[in-house]
Amino acid sequence: MAKNDLQGALDLLILKTLSQLGSMHGYGIVVHIRSVSEELLVVEDGSLYPALHRMEQNGWVRASWAVTEYSRKAKFYALTAAGKRQLADREKNWQDVAKGVEAILRFA
Amino acid sequence: MAIFGRILGLFRRSRLDREIDAELREHMQMCIDDNVANGMSRREAERAARLQFGSPTVARERVHAEDAALGLDSVLRDVRYAVRGLKNSPGFAIVAILTLALGIGANTAIFQLLDAVQLRSLPIQKPDELSELRIAGGSGGFGTIDSAYSYFTVPMWQEVRRHHDPFTGVFAWRENGMLLGEPSESRRIDGLEVSGEFFNVLGIAPWQGRLIEPQDESSCELSKVVASYGFWKSQMSGIPITSGTTLVVEGITVQVLGVTPPSFFGMVVGDHFDLAYPTCTPPHPRREAFVFSVMGRLKPGWSQARASAYLAALSPGLFENTAPTDYSSNEIKRYKSFRLEATAAGSGVSYLRKEYDSSLRLLLAISGLVLLIACANLANLMLARASVRQREIAIRMALGASRGRLLRQMFIESGLLALLGAALGMALAQPLSRLLVASLGTSHDTVHLDISTDWRVLLFAACVAVVTCVVFGTLPALRSAGADPMTSMKSGERGTTGGRERFSVQRMMVVVQIAVSMVLLVGALLFVRSYRNLVTLDPGMRESGISYGFFGFSSMNIKPENDAVFKDRLVEEVRSVPGVQNAAATTNIPLGGSTWSHMVRTSAGEGSSRFSYVSSTYFATMGIPLLTGRNFTNHDTNDSALVVIVNESFLKRYLGSAQTSGKAIGQMVRVMPEPGYPERVYQIVGTMPDTKYNDLRLEAEPQAFVPIEQLPVTAQGAGMGIMVASGDSAATMDAIRRTMQAKYPQMIVQLFDFEQGIHDGLVRERMLAMLSGIFGVLAAVLVVVGLYGVLSYLLAQRRNEIGIRIALGARRVQVVRLVLRDSMGMLLVGVVLGTGLALAAGRGAGALLFGLKAWDPVTLGYAAVLLAVVALLASWIPAHRAANLDPVDALRTE
Repeated sequence: MAKNDLQGALDLLILKTLSQLGSMHGYGIVVHIRSVSEELLVVEDGSLYPALHRMEQNGWVRASWAVTEYSRKAKFYALTAAGKRQLADREKNWQDVAKGVEAILRFA
Repeated sequence: MAIFGRILGLFRRSRLDREIDAELREHMQMCIDDNVANGMSRREAERAARLQFGSPTVARERVHAEDAALGLDSVLRDVRYAVRGLKNSPGFAIVAILTLALGIGANTAIFQLLDAVQLRSLPIQKPDELSELRIAGGSGGFGTIDSAYSYFTVPMWQEVRRHHDPFTGVFAWRENGMLLGEPSESRRIDGLEVSGEFFNVLGIAPWQGRLIEPQDESSCELSKVVASYGFWKSQMSGIPITSGTTLVVEGITVQVLGVTPPSFFGMVVGDHFDLAYPTCTPPHPRREAFVFSVMGRLKPGWSQARASAYLAALSPGLFENTAPTDYSSNEIKRYKSFRLEATAAGSGVSYLRKEYDSSLRLLLAISGLVLLIACANLANLMLARASVRQREIAIRMALGASRGRLLRQMFIESGLLALLGAALGMALAQPLSRLLVASLGTSHDTVHLDISTDWRVLLFAACVAVVTCVVFGTLPALRSAGADPMTSMKSGERGTTGGRERFSVQRMMVVVQIAVSMVLLVGALLFVRSYRNLVTLDPGMRESGISYGFFGFSSMNIKPENDAVFKDRLVEEVRSVPGVQNAAATTNIPLGGSTWSHMVRTSAGEGSSRFSYVSSTYFATMGIPLLTGRNFTNHDTNDSALVVIVNESFLKRYLGSAQTSGKAIGQMVRVMPEPGYPERVYQIVGTMPDTKYNDLRLEAEPQAFVPIEQLPVTAQGAGMGIMVASGDSAATMDAIRRTMQAKYPQMIVQLFDFEQGIHDGLVRERMLAMLSGIFGVLAAVLVVVGLYGVLSYLLAQRRNEIGIRIALGARRVQVVRLVLRDSMGMLLVGVVLGTGLALAAGRGAGALLFGLKAWDPVTLGYAAVLLAVVALLASWIPAHRAANLDPVDALRTE
C-alpha cells in the first residue's frame, strides 16, 4: 500500500520542478507547473510558500537570494541531497498511488 | 542545521519577518509584471494578482506557522499579549492569582510537611544503605521500654555488636534528657547517647574538633560530649573548640570534643539533640530494660531481606543468651521467641509518622479540594471573561487566526496565571509550613523539622500548577475557540443568543462547588466536634488546679532504709506549702505519657493490668471517689498485709463473677514476678470508678492502685512523682519550686500543669480541627463568591427578559422567587451530591474521630443548613438587584 496520500502531491510537484529547473524562485515554480501541465494544475500561491518553508526546515531545499533575469531580487530554492532522496521516494509512492487509483477506475 | 540558524534568528525576528514579506511581495510583483506583459492595464494586473494570491496576511501567517523558530517567537508574543490582557483587567488578575497562590501555597505547605516527616532522607552518607534492627512485631510490652524506638537491651546490643555479618558497622543510640548547668540553676536539654561507632558508620565528619569514637566508651563516668551545631552556636556562642573547652552537665564538668555539621539533627525526624555523649558498658546491665535503637550500614550486595534472614537465624541464640531472669516461665518463653529483622532506615525514625501520617494525607486531600473549588471559581471567571471577549475572538478568527492558535493563546493566558499563582504560592508555602510545624509543638515540647524546598516539593508544586491550569483553563478555551465567528459578531458582546448550554456549564460548576464544600464543611464540623468532645471529656478525675512534679534526689545519697521516710516527709512538705490544698506521691502520672503494667492472676482470670503506687492522699487530691471499701492508711506498709484498690474495668475483666463491687472486697490478686518486683498476693480493700489512664482517646483499662509504702524495696528509686491540688496551679508551682530549692539545693525539681499537659496531648486533633475549620470557611467563602458571580452573570444575560416580565406586571416578589428558585435548585443538587461524597469520604476519617461517627446525621444537617445560609447570602444581592430593575432602562438598552 502506498503510504503517500494525494495531499503530498504539492510537495512532489515542487520537488520535481526544482529537480528539472535546478534552482528557481516561488513564482517561477508556479508558472512552470502551470505551463508544463497545460493549465491543468494550478498551485495556489497561498499554499506554495508554507510548503517551501516547511521543506527548507526539513532540509530538503536550501534557499538563497539572487537576481532574476528581469533583474528583480528573489529567493531561489534548490534541492539538497536529502531533497533528492525525498523526491525519489515520493515519485515511487506516487506511481503506486496512481496505479492503484487506475486499477480502481478500470474495475467494472 | 537550518533550525539552529532559525533559532539564532529569533533575535533577528524583524529581519526574518521582512524577508518573508519581501519574498511574498516579489512574488506579487512578478505576477503583476507577467499580467502587464500579457496586455492588462496596470490596475487590472494588480487586481488580478491580488485575487490570485489571496490574503497576504493569511499567507504570511501560514508561512510563520511552518517556521519552528518563529513558532517559538509567536509563543513569546502570545505571552506578551496575555500579560497585556491581564494588565488591562487588574481586578481579575489579582483575584485569580491570589486565589491560586493561596490554594497552591496551602497544598505545597502541607506537602512540604509530609515530605519532611515522611519522605526525606537523613543528611548522612548513602542513606539507602542504612538499616534499623528491630524485633519483628515488637516486644509486646515485655520488660521496661525507654522510648518508641527502643528495641534493644544492653546485652542484646552486645550480641549484635559481635555478630553483624551483613553490616560494615553497627551502632546503638538513644535519646536521653540531660541537665545543663549547676544543679541549682540547671535546665533540661536534649541528649543523645551513642555508641563509639555511631558517627563513623553514619559517615558524619566533624564541623569542629572530633566526634565520638570507640575509645570514648571506656569509662561509664560522663566526661566527654559532642555538641550539635545549633547548641554550639546558641549556647556556646560558636567559640572554637580546644582541648580546654568544657561544660557543666549533670553537675559534672565535661570536655567538649567537637561539633557536628549543621544539617545533622540526630536520628529522629522531628526531634533534635543538643549534646551527644558516649554510651558505656556497665558491668551488670539490666536484661529487661529495652533502651537502645540499633542500626547498621549494609555491606555492598546485602539487601534488607537478606540481612533479615541472617538476623532471623541469629535470633534464637541471641535471645537465649540474653534472656532476663525473675520472670514467670511463660514470659521468658515469650522473650526467647522474639526474632530480629532489618528494615530500611535511610529516612530515620519518627514518632510523627505514626501520629500524623493519615492526618497529613487527609489535610492534603482537603486542601486539594479547596484548590478544586478555587479552580471552578476561576473557570467561571474566565468563562465570563471569554464571553465578553467573544467579539475580539470572532474578529481574529475572521482575519484568519486558526482555532489552534486561539486555543494556544487561551492556554498561555491561564498558564501564565497558574505560573504566577504557583510562584507566589511557593513563597507562601514556606511560612505556612513553619506555622504548621509550630502548631504541632506544645508548651514544653517543640517539633524540630527542617522545612526546605527540595526537588520533591518543587515537582509537587509544578504538578499542582499544571493540573490547576488544565482544570480551570480548558473549558473556557475550548468554548471560546469553538465559537462560530458569524453568530458572535452578529450578537455582539452581550451574547443574548449565547445559548443555554454555556449557562448550564456554569451552573454545573457551581453545583460541583457546593458539593465539594459540603464535603469540606462536614469534615470541618466533624473534626471540630471531635476535638471538643476530647477537650470536654471527663477523665474521671480533677484536671483544673492540678499540677505534678518530678523530684530527683539521686545526688543527695539518701540511704535505702531512710528512703520511705524521706519520701513521706517530702509529700508532707509539699502539702504544707501555702496554697496547696492536697498532695500525693505516685509512681505514675496519669495521662502523662508513661505506663506501668504487671501481669495479674485472680480466681476468675489472668492478664495484664496498669499499676500505680500512690500515697493515701492520692484519691482525695485527684478528686476520685471510692465506690466501696476503704482508702489506704499509714498502717499499710511492707510489714503489713498487702492491699490494692482496683477500678471497675479491673473488676469486669478479672473478677467476672464478683461483678458487684461490694463482693470484690477481700478477693485476692496475684501479681506475677519480674525483675525488682517479686511475685506477690494483694487483697482488694477498695474499688473505684474508671478513670482515663494514659490516653484520653482509649477506653478505660483495668487499673490497680497499691500504697506507695508497699512498693517492693528492690523497686525503690531516688525519685518520685507528686500530684498537687491547689486553687492556682501556676502560683503554687512557683511556691513549691522556691521552697524546695531553699531546703534541698541538690534536688532536681520539675513541675508541670496537669490540664495543660492533657491539652498538649491533643495537638493532632487541635491541628486537624483548626486546619479543616479554616479550609471549611475558605470553601464556604469561595462558594459565596462563585454563586454570586454566576447569578450576577446569568441575571445580566436575562436583563431584557426580566425587564419585560416586570413591564408585563410581574411583582418584585415573583422576580426574587425566580432568582432564588434558581440558586436553591443548584443548592439542592449540590447538597445531595455532597452528602453522598461526604459519606464516601468519611470512611477514611473515622479513625481520626473521637466520640462520633463519620456519618453523624447532626453534622450533615449542620453543614447543609450552613450551606443554605451561604447560598441565600450569595443570591440576596443579585435577586434584590433584579427585583429593582427599571423595566424602561432594561428595555431601552435592547
